[in-house]
Amino acid sequence: MAKKASVGKTAAQKGTLKKVLKYVGRHGFLMALSVILAAASVALTLYAPILIGDAIDLIMGRNNVDFEGIANILIKTAIVVGITAVMQWLMNTINNRITYHVVRDIRNEAFRKIEILPLKYLDAHPSGEIVNRVIADADQFAEGLLMGFTQLFTGVVTILGTLVFLFSISWQIALVVVVVTPLSLFIAKFIAVRTYRMFHLQSETRGQQTAFIDEMIGNQKVVQAFSHEDEALEKFEEINNRLADCSLKAIFFSSLTNPSTRFVNSVVYAGVALSGALICIATAGSAAPFTIGQLSCCLSYSNQYTKPFNEISGVITELQNSLACASRIFELIEEEPQVSEPENAVTLSNVKGRVELNDVSFSYTPDRKLIEGLDLSVNPGQRIAIVGPTGCGKTTIINLLMRFYDVNGGSVSVEGNDIREITRNSLRQSYGMVLQETWLKSGTIRENIIMGKPDATDEEIIAASKASHAHSFIMRLPQGYDTVITEDGGSLSQGQKQLLCIARVMLCLPPMPILDEATSSIDTRTEIKIQEAFARMMRGRTSFIVAHRLSTIREADVILVMKDGHIIEQGNHEELLKKNGFYAKLYNSQFAV
Amino acid sequence: MSSIKTERQVIFLFKLLVHIKKYKKECVLGPLFKLLEALLELFVPLVIASIIDDGIANGDKGYVVGMVLLLIGLGVVGLAFSITAQYFAAKAAVGFSTGVKHELFKHIESLSYSEIDNIGTSTLITRMTSDMNQIQSGVNLTLRLLLRSPFVVFGAMIMAFTVNVQAALVFVAAIPVLSVVVFGIMLWCIPLYKKVQQRLDKVLGITRENLTGVRVIRAFCKEKEEIEEFTRSNEELTAGQKFVGRISALMNPLTYIIINLAVIWLIQTGAVQVNDGILSQGDVVALYNYMSQILVELIKLANLIISLTKCVACGNRVQALFEIKTSQKISDDTSIVGDPDLAVEFRGVALKYKNAGDNSLTGMDFSVKRGETIGIIGGTGSGKTSLVNMIPRFYDATEGEVLIGGRNVNSFPLDELRKKIGIVPQRAVLFKGTIRENMKWGKNDATDEEIMAAAKTAQAADVIDDKGGLDYEIEQGGRNLSGGQRQRFTIARALVKNPEILILDDSASALDFATDAALRKAIREMDSDPTVFIVSQRTSSIQHADKIIVLDDGKIAGIGKHEELLETCQVYNEIYSSQFKKEAV
Repeated sequence: MAKKASVGKTAAQKGTLKKVLKYVGRHGFLMALSVILAAASVALTLYAPILIGDAIDLIMGRNNVDFEGIANILIKTAIVVGITAVMQWLMNTINNRITYHVVRDIRNEAFRKIEILPLKYLDAHPSGEIVNRVIADADQFAEGLLMGFTQLFTGVVTILGTLVFLFSISWQIALVVVVVTPLSLFIAKFIAVRTYRMFHLQSETRGQQTAFIDEMIGNQKVVQAFSHEDEALEKFEEINNRLADCSLKAIFFSSLTNPSTRFVNSVVYAGVALSGALICIATAGSAAPFTIGQLSCCLSYSNQYTKPFNEISGVITELQNSLACASRIFELIEEEPQVSEPENAVTLSNVKGRVELNDVSFSYTPDRKLIEGLDLSVNPGQRIAIVGPTGCGKTTIINLLMRFYDVNGGSVSVEGNDIREITRNSLRQSYGMVLQETWLKSGTIRENIIMGKPDATDEEIIAASKASHAHSFIMRLPQGYDTVITEDGGSLSQGQKQLLCIARVMLCLPPMPILDEATSSIDTRTEIKIQEAFARMMRGRTSFIVAHRLSTIREADVILVMKDGHIIEQGNHEELLKKNGFYAKLYNSQFAV
Repeated sequence: MSSIKTERQVIFLFKLLVHIKKYKKECVLGPLFKLLEALLELFVPLVIASIIDDGIANGDKGYVVGMVLLLIGLGVVGLAFSITAQYFAAKAAVGFSTGVKHELFKHIESLSYSEIDNIGTSTLITRMTSDMNQIQSGVNLTLRLLLRSPFVVFGAMIMAFTVNVQAALVFVAAIPVLSVVVFGIMLWCIPLYKKVQQRLDKVLGITRENLTGVRVIRAFCKEKEEIEEFTRSNEELTAGQKFVGRISALMNPLTYIIINLAVIWLIQTGAVQVNDGILSQGDVVALYNYMSQILVELIKLANLIISLTKCVACGNRVQALFEIKTSQKISDDTSIVGDPDLAVEFRGVALKYKNAGDNSLTGMDFSVKRGETIGIIGGTGSGKTSLVNMIPRFYDATEGEVLIGGRNVNSFPLDELRKKIGIVPQRAVLFKGTIRENMKWGKNDATDEEIMAAAKTAQAADVIDDKGGLDYEIEQGGRNLSGGQRQRFTIARALVKNPEILILDDSASALDFATDAALRKAIREMDSDPTVFIVSQRTSSIQHADKIIVLDDGKIAGIGKHEELLETCQVYNEIYSSQFKKEAV
């Protein structure tokens, strides 16, 4: 593809290249070995035709063959070939090893980064995009790097080596080769610049098609419910044909490169044949004749010389592409991680449940203020409910409590310690969280339940499942607790997934449970039963509940009524109803039929 | 997924190739011109030989120049042939993949819910996009190169025979050995390569999981375990890659050795022949050149084989989709077996999902008169959605029968059946396009008046006014609308159809109580008087229904009117009191 060489881009590429070299540098010894092997095997590869050429020169004509000389040369050739092959294999293996190890290291580093990136970053970037960097970009990079290793370096060495050998045999022929070959580079570039536009159009159309497929196949059930199949197919057909049209153009025009450069090569070949033959004739009978063997050697060189030329233009494109991919992964790796813990961070233990929010202000984006001047003091064992309309900042408070996000101003403290002074692990282990959006790991039901307590016994697991009313449906699954579920919970209903998430928290009995719309997908009857279990779990523990069903929060010690990021009312159910303010309005609207 | 894993490998790819029939001409012409080009290349060593033997030996410069011009001429003609070949190859490859994509899209649309549940949407999408791209470039490369390489190899051998039979035997011996090496390594690598892809899938899975589940993983402090698991999977992937790498790295050195041993043997044989006067020096050079050509082709072939391996793997995945046929057959028996005045009747219906351990529904027996409103209520996972999904035949009954107007649903052509039924699914899905385009999903030729009337019933008219009319552009997935707005539009869309049967599957959950009530009132007052099914968790949404079906754990716990059920059905009573009684205290 065409190089759209702006200065900034090349500078960035250099930066990326440096980072890549840093990773490659870890394999310094292998790298050096690979370079030596490449140089040596190229030299030997070039030496073999000379030997063969010499042998051919000993075959002069009828009864004029030096068999002994030939045998000597051939044995030598066999040894050279054997050594070359072994070196080639070693070199390839080493290159493979370096490449895959570099990519492995980069992937590991990227993944480690993902685990410590602030949620601010992860929430702002679609997960598909990050996955794409860790998987597809890394793969593309590996491919380019490997190709670069195996072809670029040997290619350059081959070209240089061939030139040296050619000059040593006949400078005239070498000159012919040197002058004509760059033509193929020009042609390749000429075509690439012109096909770039078509490739661009192709990838644009391809993007449209993917978006359409994503929409229609992703919502196949609606498409079928409305018998919309024919219309969808028609629209698909239209995009598909458009894509076929520009794909054909892009592929055809780009595929002109190869035949064209091959044609240049045959011109080079013809040039070598012509000049070689003329020199042969001119020097025939002179003291140092240009022999047939030498000519044959030159011809074979001119083939070997032009081949890497064609490849290198491809390799350079590939390398540019792979550097672009690498830079996307490096972007991820170099992303600012979450604030690291102070060295003397406190490890929470024996949590009673005192939580304090002092003049907290927070916003996701600087230009849209959310929470300001929030004060809240929670005594051990209190039940705190947070209510309010959608988008008022209920979940945000949980993000701050768990330290998924850091406050912009003020402080949050647990047991009198600012949470920024506490180790993240001990802080988070003090809470037990059930979220509205359920998330299950791919694995067995059992593995999902024991997340918070890996050493739980079967009895404990079943007790927790029974408490969360998940036991009966689990038993109906094909393999009970050992049923493997796929990443998004597969065929489980939203409500069943929520029950599993509840069982997970019930099992580890955390000092401070947090329930964020934990029962939103569960029917009211089961919900009431689960509430009882929750009530048992929360007894004597500080707990935080976010809910939109007001029935679930009436028994809270403190109800925070939030609107637009502010706490506008605070108190228990009766107090708030008496106040006849926003809460009372909210409460009454829910039961006015 | 599991059903796809039982694929029968290579045969699949050949089946897929049926779709290339339309491009027979291109498929023949492409390689043919490629072969012609290769043929010309085979003449090159002969020309060189004659330059050596006739031109140089006789010192005939004119002859040399003539022969060199011939070489360039061969190059020009070769260029023309090659460009023609590229054109046909590109045309066939693009045409092929376009055709397969079309068929595949059509095929996927024909699959029933139960197959789609089984396969999973994401893999359907990757197969249609990235797999198809791999196949397209694979076919293109194959048409361009795959035939060329063996042709050059065998052509070189045949040309060697024209030079000297004795020397040509070297070729006869070398080529089978080369084939064994090339194909052996290839066959060895294909399954290994597949394993690597599977391991890559695993790495991808862990990465995705850690992004979607980041809050849970951090809340449970699982970062270290996850890093360990990732590192382990990544190490396995790397080990796999290195292993395949080591084996495929054998290809070039081995072929290099074989070719050069053949060259040595060739020179030896040639030397004897020349000594006996049977062969000339130029002939030996020609034979040597043929051997070199084979080497060059094999190196090209090695690169091709890697992308061919990928293409085969992707082709299998695509064909595996074609192999999955819809499980729904349309029955020929269109006879009226039940009461034609009943809108819907369930007779002893049971439903078991594929791969499920147990029935999701059992013993569904009830009938619904035309124009009635039916409420369906029950706990989480009690089978409410499963029940209504059987009316438009999204899933087939595993036992018993579902009748519409007295006729079994499986005897209706699917589009005829679904034209009768307007369904509003739980998840409110809208598509990219104007509001009008979205509404027309219900009825292709709906007028603006019809659309507005439906919108009014669905309480969506004021939303349309707010957005500035029917030309408002909805983004993909309806991102620029609120949940409640989306729900109202999906209801309107179903109403535009003017269906005989309207199904609302918990589709008013994002509406406030007042709007929900207004909606139900408007539907009751519709002129067409459809039969209405309302699935809900709120008793308030269904308590005025003509008939309420209470589900509990996949069984009917009670059928009747609100007041009757309060007295006779304990489950219903509990649901009701969980929502109302307590509040009244």
